[in-house]
Amino acid sequence: MRQQAAVAAKVFIQRDYSNGTMCQFQTKFPSELETKIDKQQFEETIRTLNNLYTEAEKLGSQSFVEGCLACLTAYAVFLCMETHYEKVLKRISKYIQEQNDKIYAPRGLLLTDPIERGLRVIEVTIYEDRSFSR
Amino acid sequence: MKSREYQQIDPKALPTPSQSPPPHQHLAVGGDGRKEPMTPRRKWEVFPGKNRFFCDGRIMMARQSGVFPLTLGLILVTSGLFFIFDCPFLVKHLTRCIPAVGGALFVFVLITLLQTSFTDPGILPRATPEEAADIERQIDDTGNTSYRPPPRTKEVLINQQVIKLKYCFTCKMFRPPRTSHCSLCDNCVERFDHHCPWVGNCVGKRNYRFFYSFIVSLSLLTAFIFGCVTTHLALRANGGKGLMFALQESPGSAVELAICFFSVWSILGLSGFHTYLVASNLTTNEDIKGSWSGKSGDAVTNPYSHKNIFINCCSVLCAPMPPSLIDRRGFLPADEPARASGADLELPNPNTKSDRNVCVQGPKGLLESAALTPLLAPSCPQGKPQTTLPCPESISALNSDPSLELSQRCGGTHHNSKTYGSTSPPLPTKSRLHKHKRASSHTPSPTFDDHVTPSSHDGNHRSAARGHRGAKFATLQ
Repeated sequence: MRQQAAVAAKVFIQRDYSNGTMCQFQTKFPSELETKIDKQQFEETIRTLNNLYTEAEKLGSQSFVEGCLACLTAYAVFLCMETHYEKVLKRISKYIQEQNDKIYAPRGLLLTDPIERGLRVIEVTIYEDRSFSR
Repeated sequence: MKSREYQQIDPKALPTPSQSPPPHQHLAVGGDGRKEPMTPRRKWEVFPGKNRFFCDGRIMMARQSGVFPLTLGLILVTSGLFFIFDCPFLVKHLTRCIPAVGGALFVFVLITLLQTSFTDPGILPRATPEEAADIERQIDDTGNTSYRPPPRTKEVLINQQVIKLKYCFTCKMFRPPRTSHCSLCDNCVERFDHHCPWVGNCVGKRNYRFFYSFIVSLSLLTAFIFGCVTTHLALRANGGKGLMFALQESPGSAVELAICFFSVWSILGLSGFHTYLVASNLTTNEDIKGSWSGKSGDAVTNPYSHKNIFINCCSVLCAPMPPSLIDRRGFLPADEPARASGADLELPNPNTKSDRNVCVQGPKGLLESAALTPLLAPSCPQGKPQTTLPCPESISALNSDPSLELSQRCGGTHHNSKTYGSTSPPLPTKSRLHKHKRASSHTPSPTFDDHVTPSSHDGNHRSAARGHRGAKFATLQ
């Protein structure tokens, strides 16, 4: 028996530019999800993602040292080393997968990692509440 | 029977883009109904922008390489002549450090040049059809009867300043702040600085630091070689032998002297200009348009500046390297062959079909595709490859103008700056003197002068811009 879910709708959480070009998403709760998931839960997810992205883009001493070292080696280190941003992106991927497994999939929702949409939107797919069996 | 409860959906069972090829080949139905085996394709093969990809998607450049071969050639030739003609003499008469320093600078220049040219500048992937439909639903369409849709803008508040975000008709999304659409590459690029023909690529968020390092190190290298050659010739000419004798003995030095003399001013000027931009966290695009200088009469300041030169420099040059958003080497899902360029399918624009199969095209292929596109462009009926008729109303100044203007600016080609008038070139005027030499290799630029206007309007008419590309290719031949 194999479950197939039909896509009922997609909701897009857009970027929030009020603090500049940093990658942040709007925490406003979309109306389409009102019946599907708890508002607090959803906002918590978005807020955690925003914090992770802030950490990825943070201008700290670590990124400064990384930048200077890269410059001195004519940026050749980027070819062999994983950058700080990429490390945080992996954490974000894992977090989204966890959230999907624990919270969203049981409610018929699926979060798409924003990196697959060019960091423009968080795509929330709403699946129909029927299941087909083959 | 059917349960009304939600069933647990296994996310792993759903199709997601993966880095490994699809496990089995699907049979796709071909256009004539035949079933053909489909090999897994990588996303770069269906990339909708005008880019070239090499090494299976690892390296990318703009489709027009511009004068990148010339840049590379000049650097290699000048440095080669330096090591062959000047270094032996200077090592004997002065110090061994000279070829060491020269060699280090040369290697640094070459690496940063290649990184600038081959790195993704920060291209934003085009919106998926669902995203585009969602945005369309949110925009209040007034039902304009003219062909050209009304300009769409969205206002956001950034650090207490109102910034207008413009809608990109090609990429089907509202451009993030500081993002601009490069009509030469047909991509939206984040923190778009300019399209540089000398490196054959756009300069944007991801490769600006390489570009800056390149021009700074190139100015150091040029100045260094210039100084060494002058010293060399002066030492040879010593003792009353005369300069002509010295030049005859070392003819390579004469060539180096000429190249370095004519280029050092503009490169130094460009470095100085970009140092100013870095310190104030501005892009060339914003500086040219005067976005934050208060030309519009309002008291506007740059909302992205950290108000501190050191922090501005750090944020531009030492910030964490953002990832490439276009996932060139990812595999296409086997059941969605043209998904990556899906956004183009909605537009009845045959242009996209000719651009979709982005492989390495020879010049003939480029000319053919460039010649085809203006003839099919619906919004610019006068756009023919051989003519340079202006299409003023269809120029998307925000997109094509800065990139066109700035493609002239990069490297300091000033011979067309007089046609702008309203914009003051930040580079030193001395660069005019030598640029006749480079201008001859940069013949297309005068064709753009007639129809590039500094005032910005929206609407992205890449078909019109393509008409001018066609003109460029025609004159190049």
